[in-house]
Amino acid sequence: MGTLVLHSRALTLRHLRELLRQPWGLAIALMQPVIWLLLFGSLFQDALTMPGIGIDDFRAYLTPGIVIMTAIFTAGWAGMGVIDDIRGGVMDRLLVTPTSRSALISGRLIHQSIEVLIQSGIVVSLGLLFGFRTDLTGLLVLVLSAVLIAWAVGAASIGFALVTRDRFAMIGVNMIILPLMLLSTAFMHPDLMPGWISTVATVNPVDWAIGGSREALGSSPDWTLVLIRIGALGVLAAVASWFSVRSINSYGRSM
Amino acid sequence: MNQRSPSRDAIRADGLTRIYGNDTPALLETSFTVGAGEIFGYLGPNGAGKSTTIKILTTLAKPDCGTAQIMGIDVVQDPQAIRRIIGVVAQRSGSDPAATGRENLTLQGQLHKLNPRSLDRRVSELLDRFELSDAADRLVKTYSGGMSRKLDIAMGLIHQPAVLFLDEPTTGLDPESRRQMWRDVASLARDEGVTVFLTTHYLEEADHLADRIAIIDRGQIVVEGSPDQLKAELDGDAIHVEMTSEASAIAAQELLSGIDGFGEIQVENRTLHARVSNGRSSIPAVFSALDSAELSVAAVTLSRPSLDDVYLRYAGRSFQAGATVQAEQEES
Repeated sequence: MGTLVLHSRALTLRHLRELLRQPWGLAIALMQPVIWLLLFGSLFQDALTMPGIGIDDFRAYLTPGIVIMTAIFTAGWAGMGVIDDIRGGVMDRLLVTPTSRSALISGRLIHQSIEVLIQSGIVVSLGLLFGFRTDLTGLLVLVLSAVLIAWAVGAASIGFALVTRDRFAMIGVNMIILPLMLLSTAFMHPDLMPGWISTVATVNPVDWAIGGSREALGSSPDWTLVLIRIGALGVLAAVASWFSVRSINSYGRSM
Repeated sequence: MNQRSPSRDAIRADGLTRIYGNDTPALLETSFTVGAGEIFGYLGPNGAGKSTTIKILTTLAKPDCGTAQIMGIDVVQDPQAIRRIIGVVAQRSGSDPAATGRENLTLQGQLHKLNPRSLDRRVSELLDRFELSDAADRLVKTYSGGMSRKLDIAMGLIHQPAVLFLDEPTTGLDPESRRQMWRDVASLARDEGVTVFLTTHYLEEADHLADRIAIIDRGQIVVEGSPDQLKAELDGDAIHVEMTSEASAIAAQELLSGIDGFGEIQVENRTLHARVSNGRSSIPAVFSALDSAELSVAAVTLSRPSLDDVYLRYAGRSFQAGATVQAEQEES
């Protein structure tokens, strides 16, 4: 256990250093959410502000969806760093040292969680300018949901990277993110969706993150529902972590 | 062959076999030992099985058959213990280009759980030793090929390993950096008593650096010994006669095999290789024999025995030809 903590910290710092050296990477990652919140949000602001069904202000309604979306898009690329490490020989070099295999994955995911926290803070701040309002509990649930879904997606992305060792597979993984967003309540109230999409949304983990957050941000949250959603995300993150650790353990066998 | 007790061997490989898919084996029942403190040159063309051997010894791959121990520890049974006592410098650099030299070394030390204070000291020491102190705080992506290679070796040495694996350390380096690297590797073994397992496809490199070499060809070790020993086993000089066609080379082979003092005649494409007891007197004999048969000679070269000749004798083809054949096999 001590080894895992020690190695995770050393490897997290490696990735954080990279983030600090290239902060514009973070800025590029924030282009998308800003476009969605500013342009997409403004475009439908008048048409979709419907206090009757619970959208008091469309851009405010959209904000938690964009926080989750930003987190998932960041996480989807986690595996790309692994592929760069494999190609550059960094992975082999790490594997011939007594480094904890789990730490090779947790180091990346802890770094990613920090990145998600920073991004969420920026998107929420932007949302506040457009009428988004939250209390501390609501904010915590939103950020926790973002970190958990990002952890699950990031671990899966790293696992696929180790199995396929192929950049194109990474692009494939990221291609399914937008459809998953559109099959959730990220951009639309469930009452206004076609029936089949709201059915699909109930089994879509993206929607667990968004639905749970909106519930906690609402005026009278159903906490049982919130906890179930968070719990489901936690289980998903655990399963994805197991898959990625398994992938790194079998990585050497095919060589 | 000098006899060593098992405990004195740094590396002992016994019948290592590795087969990929249903193809020809990458390694076939390969056995060798490396003595403690020795520089062992593992020599062969690309695709001969060098990388597979290194991957097995450094715990990255498992053998299908056979066993290997490093300092008496089995590589398959206890890979984690092996990883603590080996340093590895792979063909591809493996340093993080987005970090500085110092950061790369420090991370490597942290992963080996060196205590922070002695780690700082060790890092400065290695930066000094490999003349990287001035570049220590620059990103590795700005390093030259030679500097980056030095950093790789420093990273492999951070935890003072008992055995250092160098997988083609000078491939891609300019001649000056290559010579510098040779000096570094030689002093490593001499001053620090590190056992070095060096793979190379440069005969010259193995000749210059290695205390003992093994020549590997198509997954099997064909000969093992010190470079001088191996060269001394070849009698006389090597003569290479380049003919104008393969047919005339074969005709020349028949002619020359009848002459006294010509042995081990082999033909490879248009060139005929032979061993001669007396190099200087054999050249006129070659010309007179071939002239009388009206075979035209493109070029004749005479040389003292080299490792290339050793390779030719044991692998049945010249080193360059071996490299080409292996490359073709890998592509198909």
